[in-house]
Amino acid sequence: MSIEARNVSKRFGDFVALDDVSVSIPTGRLTALLGPSGGGKSTLLRIIAGLETADSGSVHIAGDDATSLPPQRRNVGFVFQHYAAFKHLSVARNVAFGLEIRKTSKEETAERVNELLDLVHLRQFADRLPSQLSGGQRQRMALARALAVQPRVLLLDEPFGALDAKVRKELRDWLRRLHDEIPVTTVFVTHDQEEALEVADDIVVINEGRVEQIGSPSALYDQPANEFVMGFLGPATRLGSELVRPHDIHIVSDLPPEEGFYPGVVARAARVGYEVRVDVILDDSLQSSPVHVTMSRAEAHPLKLDVGSRVWLRKPAGATALPLGVDAANAPHPGAGPIAHYTI
Amino acid sequence: MGSNRAVKITVRVIVIAYLFFLVGWPVSLVVQNTFADGFTALRIALADPSVVFSLQLTVAVALQAVLINTVFGVGISLILVRYDFPGKRLLSSLLDLPLSVSPVVVGLALILVYGPRDSWFGQWLTEHGIDVIFSPLGIIMATAFISLPLVIREVVPVLTERGTDEELAAASLGAGPVQTFWRITLPAIKWAVVYGVVLTLARSLGEFGAVKIVSGNLEGRTQTATLLVEQTYQDFEQSTAYATAFLLAAVSVACIVVVTFLQKDHASAGRGKGTS
Amino acid sequence: MPTMTSTPPNTPPAPNNHASQRSQRQTQRRIRRAARATGRPLTRSSSVGLGIAMIWFSALALLPLSAIVLTTVENGWEKFWGTITAPQTLAALTLTTSTALLVTAFNVVMGTAIAWVLVRDKFFGKRLLEVVIDIPFALPTIVAGLVLLSLYGPGSPLGVNIANTRIAVGLAFLFVTLPFVVRTVQPVLADLDKDVEEAAASLGASRATIFRRIILPSLAPAMTAGAALSFARGISEYGALVLLSGNLPMNTEVGSVRILSYLENGDNAAAAAVATMLLMVSLAVIVALDLVQRRVARRG
Repeated sequence: MSIEARNVSKRFGDFVALDDVSVSIPTGRLTALLGPSGGGKSTLLRIIAGLETADSGSVHIAGDDATSLPPQRRNVGFVFQHYAAFKHLSVARNVAFGLEIRKTSKEETAERVNELLDLVHLRQFADRLPSQLSGGQRQRMALARALAVQPRVLLLDEPFGALDAKVRKELRDWLRRLHDEIPVTTVFVTHDQEEALEVADDIVVINEGRVEQIGSPSALYDQPANEFVMGFLGPATRLGSELVRPHDIHIVSDLPPEEGFYPGVVARAARVGYEVRVDVILDDSLQSSPVHVTMSRAEAHPLKLDVGSRVWLRKPAGATALPLGVDAANAPHPGAGPIAHYTI
Repeated sequence: MGSNRAVKITVRVIVIAYLFFLVGWPVSLVVQNTFADGFTALRIALADPSVVFSLQLTVAVALQAVLINTVFGVGISLILVRYDFPGKRLLSSLLDLPLSVSPVVVGLALILVYGPRDSWFGQWLTEHGIDVIFSPLGIIMATAFISLPLVIREVVPVLTERGTDEELAAASLGAGPVQTFWRITLPAIKWAVVYGVVLTLARSLGEFGAVKIVSGNLEGRTQTATLLVEQTYQDFEQSTAYATAFLLAAVSVACIVVVTFLQKDHASAGRGKGTS
Repeated sequence: MPTMTSTPPNTPPAPNNHASQRSQRQTQRRIRRAARATGRPLTRSSSVGLGIAMIWFSALALLPLSAIVLTTVENGWEKFWGTITAPQTLAALTLTTSTALLVTAFNVVMGTAIAWVLVRDKFFGKRLLEVVIDIPFALPTIVAGLVLLSLYGPGSPLGVNIANTRIAVGLAFLFVTLPFVVRTVQPVLADLDKDVEEAAASLGASRATIFRRIILPSLAPAMTAGAALSFARGISEYGALVLLSGNLPMNTEVGSVRILSYLENGDNAAAAAVATMLLMVSLAVIVALDLVQRRVARRG
């Protein structure tokens, strides 16, 4: 294990940022700390880096107890959301900073800086000031700067949060490729589930200061431990007494030959790009909220789903499903929060 | 982190001690000296017609200088921020000049142009019944010169930051330039103007060097309060000197306190804290 | 207050990676120019306003100040050189400049420390310090002299009497120039990103190294600006010295006092010569401030 955080707690005044959190991060993997803002994930990352001290608990990095080490002596690379560029230093000098602190020889520093600038595709901007770079370029510089000192672990705090959507996507793919090239143990914080699902080897879902679930992206998506994880990692909707993914629901417009279908009426049907989204009101008085169903256009076409059409819904065998709690069954929206978080 | 804290406390103690010995204690001593015999010194001083005259003159001059600099300052700030014209950069630099020019140089400069002898315009103006030097007009000009940039330095950053969106919106809703100024622009820069005015007032009440040269320092005619402090101190009327100095110091400290507290409440319009 | 004026527009980021460096630089320059030219061309009423403002500004400041330079020029190089190298004047100018330099150097250190305490420290009564720092800016200079005299003059409760000595000149300069470095450094320090310091720390930089290599370079432009203002204020000081330094020729007399005594003797040309010297320093300071601001703008 590269990073072991054990029983870490942290309060800011009355606010509990982390409540007895234990996480093990395996060596050489790319791990995402995923959760809503204010959930404590950044705090955990900052405690691992030594930028914040835990009220209780311990942090081990590569087997050494780092709990009371200052950030200077942890040998971690840290990348900030807003780049934290040294504005008065050129791009090359920014990258060289950590090496200069370590009194690396001039030749070696220059060589290493060039290597890294090539890696982040900033060689031609070596002599620019950070203010002359775009946001994405600045963040790549910050990454090169953090990697220059050959850290034991690389920590990124919402690294793409300040960038616009397109650049964010590019950098995300690039980070994945970079990690495949240089497999340094990497932890990044994000509140974007798509980012975590796409990039990470492992995901730690953190909410309200607690770890909700740890696992691979597909494990988390397919076998969510609870309603929160299910809702946070993707769309979810209630069907009868279960929480299911809207794209898993099997919908038919002819009277079904088998049992186990819920009858209902289409309340709304909308096409969004390649996808068709349908809201169905069940006949059953068991559930007052509509069931959200999504399918591809090709699937929707033969069904002739117009408002008022009669349809039957079913959860296919083997689909992800989470039985709802008793009290949630009476609530208008099960597991209130980011469930079925698409908008039309 | 123990050494870190020790450094912090050390710097704090040094800073507080330095400010106490340089400003705090000396200023409080003036208060102490003024009230050494209760209110007697203040009462005697205020019974002296030349003291009363100098205070009245100082207030009158300061108010006129403030009025001139406010109108000029707000006007030129608007033009500097909203319009482009050749020489704009130069003008905006020159407007800062009074902050770094010696008051004595200011006094000399006014004498060379408006003085009664050997000056550029002095004789011509005298023939037309206008005396600048050795008259209140000269004192007002010297005071206005010295405090010229203070309103501008407050207003320009706020106007720049505020942008023109609101003004354009008002114009698109049919407001004329005058309405836009009174209803949109002025409320936006209100606090900046207030700080500028208060600082200008403090500065104007206390001008000494430039006023000393252009006023001629004639007791009961062109002697301002600061000039009176110098004269009474040198004539060994120390209690009058301290009493007058106290009044001046009280007003200027009050101005600073007003600005500091207003600023806390209207931080967004602050004097450049957060700019640059 | 002595803060730096209008915030310069931030440099826009480079538009794209593919274009050649030169064309990028050109584009940048064009963008920067466009960003600076925020205003519209003058309208008729604003031209009238600018005209009136310029007439007043000329009558009040530009004409009188140029009169000083013109008077010096009219009287020729010899008069100018003779005046400023006359032993008494030279001594006064030397004292003024050297004291102002010393005081400025001290202010850079102390002013930064004060700004540091105001921004980064928290303790009861900090607000009072804010007021104390602005007092020298608002206090009438003659009163400032009187104030210092009451603690460091005859009858001092501390038992020190530095009245009529060169130390008094330095003390007066320290008093009147107190706010400048503090008020220019303070906002910059308050705006510094905590992130940047944390980034340096996680790269292994000690607190001292962070201060020297990260914080100090960021504050340097503000410190320079404050120093320039402080120096300009120091060499032009008059009021605070009148009661405090005694204006002893060849000993505690400063430049502005020389101007005054030349003027009182009716030697306008000599007064103008010394004034020109001081005016040049003021102009140099203005130019320095402008350059500093442009550098800051480039850094973004």
